[in-house]
Amino acid sequence: MKKYRNAASGILVPLAALAFWQMLSAKGWVNATILPSPMQVLVKWWAYLRPLEAFDPAQGSYLAWCFSGELIHDALGSLYRVLLGFAIGGGLALPLGLAMGYSRLVYGLFNPLIQVLRPIPPIAYIPLSILWFGLGNPPAVFLISIGAFFPVLMNTVAGVQNVDSIYLRVGRNLGASRFTQFTRIILPAATPYIFTGARIAMGTAFIVVIVSEMIAVNNGLGYRILEAREYLWSDKIIAGMFTIGLLGLGIDTVMSRLSTYLLKWHRGLEQG
Amino acid sequence: MSGSANHISVSGVHKVFQSGGQDVYALKAIDLEIARGEFVCLLGPSGCGKSTLLNAVAGFSLPSSGAITVEGQAITTPGPDRGMVFQEYALFPWMTVEQNIAFGLQIKGAAKPAIQEKVDSLLGLLHLQDFRKRYPKDLSGGMRQRVAIARVLALDSPIMLMDEPFGALDALTRRNLQDELLRLWLELKKTILFVTHSIEEALYLADRTVVMTYRPGTIKRDLKVDLPRPRDVASPAFNALKKELSQLLMEEQSRHNQDEFKGAAVD
Repeated sequence: MKKYRNAASGILVPLAALAFWQMLSAKGWVNATILPSPMQVLVKWWAYLRPLEAFDPAQGSYLAWCFSGELIHDALGSLYRVLLGFAIGGGLALPLGLAMGYSRLVYGLFNPLIQVLRPIPPIAYIPLSILWFGLGNPPAVFLISIGAFFPVLMNTVAGVQNVDSIYLRVGRNLGASRFTQFTRIILPAATPYIFTGARIAMGTAFIVVIVSEMIAVNNGLGYRILEAREYLWSDKIIAGMFTIGLLGLGIDTVMSRLSTYLLKWHRGLEQG
Repeated sequence: MSGSANHISVSGVHKVFQSGGQDVYALKAIDLEIARGEFVCLLGPSGCGKSTLLNAVAGFSLPSSGAITVEGQAITTPGPDRGMVFQEYALFPWMTVEQNIAFGLQIKGAAKPAIQEKVDSLLGLLHLQDFRKRYPKDLSGGMRQRVAIARVLALDSPIMLMDEPFGALDALTRRNLQDELLRLWLELKKTILFVTHSIEEALYLADRTVVMTYRPGTIKRDLKVDLPRPRDVASPAFNALKKELSQLLMEEQSRHNQDEFKGAAVD
């Protein structure tokens, strides 16, 4: 009962905002080219979503046709770049972070360079990335990797460094080798931090993918909304923005569900 | 096994810390012999070095000079022959109750069926059967300390070191676990070195209560507690001993307090 009440109250403000927006448009208080009505956005969104051509069995299966719409194509393209960049950036950051957290020597060697590079926003790498990789997926994936790298790195280092020393004392008391201490104590103890880093990295990757598509790629959600501006299709811009928002929400939900499941032992987590 | 009756032998142990450019003797000239199967409590105010001594026996921080031997062997590192129970429970939160108990056996390289059997019997021994799949966060303090004890018992170590293990528990849970510990001690014939600041706890549990002094940490009194078990905390004999120990402890506590006030004055 309470659950339904919460859901109902959660929908109130969005509904009011929508009504207000619709009213602005209906009364003609705003120029429809600048701010189209919600209805108009919805119509455009549907057109953007559905397949461009009529179903033709000669072209492929029905399922393939269902997913042949421009929006699906763009969303999958963006998602692919996010996941690939995240995997590369996070995949490099995780072992380095573990090594830096565990070994003072490695930390001392790498930290100065990391501290210099870290404040550079991934966006600032755009010129270099185009110079190095040209246009298309490679520069975008490069930028996203950089965006994902640092959050995973910093959190992994912190996670390993903050392992409560009492656990290591217990490990030594039980006779654990250094390898066992690392794999069975340090690594699991650091996972809450690592997951936090991964979640932040995912968010950064998602920002960077939109920006990089506006500059270096000729498909994807970021490209599409910039393209729409050229034609003054503000309804398509807004439809694209909502799609970006929904995709981001979807990714974050998956990440948060995953970490709740994998960290079910962890005290600090809210029950989702 | 060595022929000597003494299981743990501490002789001429000093432990020196540097503090503000000065040498602070956490332990000074400690001699302590503990027989096999003996239950010894170290008692004293905070800062008296009782935990330092326990950590030295555990091998976590070696003495500055002097020797600690177990079964005639000098202590150089921590090891599973001296299982330790910590005040903060220190259960691995990412492991379930049974995984926590099994961990030491896995490190030893025991076979899976043997581990399972041992874990099952320890779960029974400590009345933890219904909690085997739980994570530590879902357990009460008393339950957690039961798991910590089971984890150490799994090692089959002849010695148990306990660092104020029941200090954070409420009075009833505490008494309950004290009784459990005595039962296990009698059944499994462990040598136990137990740190506490509670006079009553020391007198309730120990064969011998060793009172330590505040800085430098020395042994002020080594008292044999000859009362029959189970001990009646309300009996006149118990209270006579309690009174005697209180007096000793109060002297040390007041030195500790003076030191703290001096420290405050300097600040």
